[in-house]
Amino acid sequence: MNRILFTKTGRAVFISHLDLMRTMQRAFIRAGVRIGHTEGFNPHPYMNFALPLSLGVESRCELMEFKLEEETALSALPARLNGVLPEGIEVLEAYASNTKFKYIKWLDIEAHLFYYNEVQPAAELAAFFARPELVMEKRTKRQTASVDIKPLIASLTVEDVSPGEALLTARLSAQEPSLSPAQLLEAVRQLAPALAPGHVRTRRLEVFDKDMNIFR
Amino acid sequence: MDAELERILLKVQKPARYTGGEYNQIIKDKAEVDLRMAFCFPDTYEIGMSNLGLQILYGAINARPGMWCERCFAPWGDMEEEMRRAHIPLYALESGDPLTEFDALGFSLGYEMAYTSVLNMLDLAGIPVRSADRKSLTPLIFAGGTSCVNPEPMADFLDLCAIGEGEELDVEILELLRRAKREDWDKPRFLRAAARIPGVYVPSLYEPAYNGDGTLKCVARREDAPERVTKRIIEDMDSAFYPTKAIVPSTEIVHDRVVLELFRGCVRGCRFCQAGFVYRPVRRHSVDFLLEKARAALESSGYEEITLSSLSTSDFKGLPELTDGLLEWCEPRKISLSLPSLRADNFSMSLMERVQKVRKSGLTFAPEAGSQRLRDVINKNVTEEALLNSCRIAFEGGWNTLKLYFMLGLPTETDEDVLAIARLAEQVLHTWREHAANKSRGVKITVSTSMFVPKPHTPFQWEAQVGVEEYLRRVRLLRDAINSRSIVYNWHEPHVSLIEAALSRGDRRMGAVIEEVWKNGGRLDSWTDYFSMERWLDAFRASGLDPDFYAARERGADELFPWDLIDVGVSRRYLARERAEAYAGRVTPDCRVKCMGCGANCLLKRGGCDE
Ligand code: SF4
Ligand code: SF4
Repeated sequence: MNRILFTKTGRAVFISHLDLMRTMQRAFIRAGVRIGHTEGFNPHPYMNFALPLSLGVESRCELMEFKLEEETALSALPARLNGVLPEGIEVLEAYASNTKFKYIKWLDIEAHLFYYNEVQPAAELAAFFARPELVMEKRTKRQTASVDIKPLIASLTVEDVSPGEALLTARLSAQEPSLSPAQLLEAVRQLAPALAPGHVRTRRLEVFDKDMNIFR
Repeated sequence: MDAELERILLKVQKPARYTGGEYNQIIKDKAEVDLRMAFCFPDTYEIGMSNLGLQILYGAINARPGMWCERCFAPWGDMEEEMRRAHIPLYALESGDPLTEFDALGFSLGYEMAYTSVLNMLDLAGIPVRSADRKSLTPLIFAGGTSCVNPEPMADFLDLCAIGEGEELDVEILELLRRAKREDWDKPRFLRAAARIPGVYVPSLYEPAYNGDGTLKCVARREDAPERVTKRIIEDMDSAFYPTKAIVPSTEIVHDRVVLELFRGCVRGCRFCQAGFVYRPVRRHSVDFLLEKARAALESSGYEEITLSSLSTSDFKGLPELTDGLLEWCEPRKISLSLPSLRADNFSMSLMERVQKVRKSGLTFAPEAGSQRLRDVINKNVTEEALLNSCRIAFEGGWNTLKLYFMLGLPTETDEDVLAIARLAEQVLHTWREHAANKSRGVKITVSTSMFVPKPHTPFQWEAQVGVEEYLRRVRLLRDAINSRSIVYNWHEPHVSLIEAALSRGDRRMGAVIEEVWKNGGRLDSWTDYFSMERWLDAFRASGLDPDFYAARERGADELFPWDLIDVGVSRRYLARERAEAYAGRVTPDCRVKCMGCGANCLLKRGGCDE
């Protein structure tokens, strides 16, 4: 399968997942690259994203796989696409791969935490995440369940950047089950409300397989 | 991006509407820009970005060195609330800079119900809404668009109005403003100079006076202001700016496709139709030009749909060549072609087949009136036979949903005419029974009615609107006459039409009403989510004005109209004659059959209309 690795930063973080599909589709057309269609009754262009990204989250490690209708040099693709993509979406690499998205297991993220007062919360946050278990109410579509998210955190560090601002870096379970940065901070809100930030800016950094190798 | 803005964007619906950054947006280096304009659309992003005029003017202005045109839309209520709470002033999408930093804000006024949003946008930007309260030269607040054919209701708020087509005119206004800035003119000096540009109307140079009965008595003007302002047009369409690098939104909008404008104006003279008169005369693009631009626009956008857009698309002379040429290009690329606003009379099998090859969408016909008598009155030159013939072709071709649009309250309408709508729908259903290609799927015929709004610069500009009660009585009459389950009847709510009628033929005193409505929370009034009839009625009362004086009053033959100082090319004498013909039930041939001397040819340098 063909893949692109791309970033989503700046204003593009507000492009929703559904809109991103349309945006990519159009960018391929503008670049003159024809995407292959699915087989079956209602053929549509085949493109598939790993780990749908929430609105407002930046990423340096988005992956999309796609079929090609005709032979196309993958090495030239980043330059062709970058000329026709909206601001904030940049293709870093295009390559063929035989891995599957379901092999993605871990995700590195960083989150800038902004507080309304001049706190220095790093030490307390680190202590909070060092608890032996972190049982939170996790809401799914229909029900809420109590989950211990501790096993879903492979590593986590926090540092104070300036009064009122801290930087949290973590490696979280990417899927089955997933722990999103939003859920991680929801745990803080539920279990240690005094440490909850006012505003958070989150960024995905890298994806890994179960053996902690970078996934491509 | 500002952290505070980022924070609120995460709280509102569809934030991509407020970020900019789309493909093909134009970013310029501020160091090389000496004139900044914001194209302001007083409705949502989704509506505004679907507007062809925006894409044209954005491209035309940005084509000028040193000028940077950006975009700004009305935020939806949730965003407005957050912006006000966080003290974030209204900003333009490209740079994110607040509107107060711009030299000019140009509002697009396509429909009257957007007026309150203009005030709200100014206020959100921290700019006084009244022209008289803005002393400095910039930001200059001006407007253009169809509604400006009667600029008076918005006269208190606008520094100037650009009448007619803006490609050249807007640039001339901005060039003058650039000079005024450079030479440090004050605002009055600039406005006096601007008034000398053909097509510019400066409201503050005119002073209306009224008779005891409320009608307009006279309009005093400063001696250097023109007596009448004549609309500007683009004479040679193929040499004017054409947008082939349209901004491609990153989020879904109303018309998410390439819109190909074939021609301006309309050869028909339906007597109710403001667009048909104010865009005269017809000026068209050549087929070769259109084919080239269509390809360029599709390639640069990546859109997979193209639609042909004009007032009466099926009247375009080169339509068969154009559709053939387009399909040749589109089909292998899986791009679909759509044709809106087909007329029921010259709807041909071959045309339909051409479109059908790629995609079959719903079909809409607008006979406007149910009886032949009334169709003659309004000069809608479509016969029942032609309509049914078109329906037959459609049903044979496999279509099984059809929409029929009508107006209730047209001049001279009787109950007989209303009931004729039901009969016509029955006839269409009968045609389906006789000719449907596949009857097992059933058929759905939708009949829609709206209350007729008499508009300035049309033969019906003297007419009274029927009123809400009478409209609803006619709705009930029609509803009771429709008995088939295959025919669905939808009627539009009449209150908006009443306000629209009052605003469209309003005078300068209407400004007080608009301001009062806005002060009481009015904005985005074309949305049922926001429109409040009570708010409008309260505002009329508070301003000492009666909506019926504007909407439901028949004007005297010689009454002076607020919009008489705008010359759209068609003479008042011609409109009066057309009105008389309407009452006589006589039709007027279209411009191709015979020129009836409406006067619009005088707008052309070459002197005569060639259609
Ligand atoms: S055909 Fe009639 S209704 Fe349509 S645009 Fe022309 S004049 Fe108006
Ligand atoms: S001048 Fe004659 S041909 Fe031209 S728009 Fe008027 S009626 Fe039609």
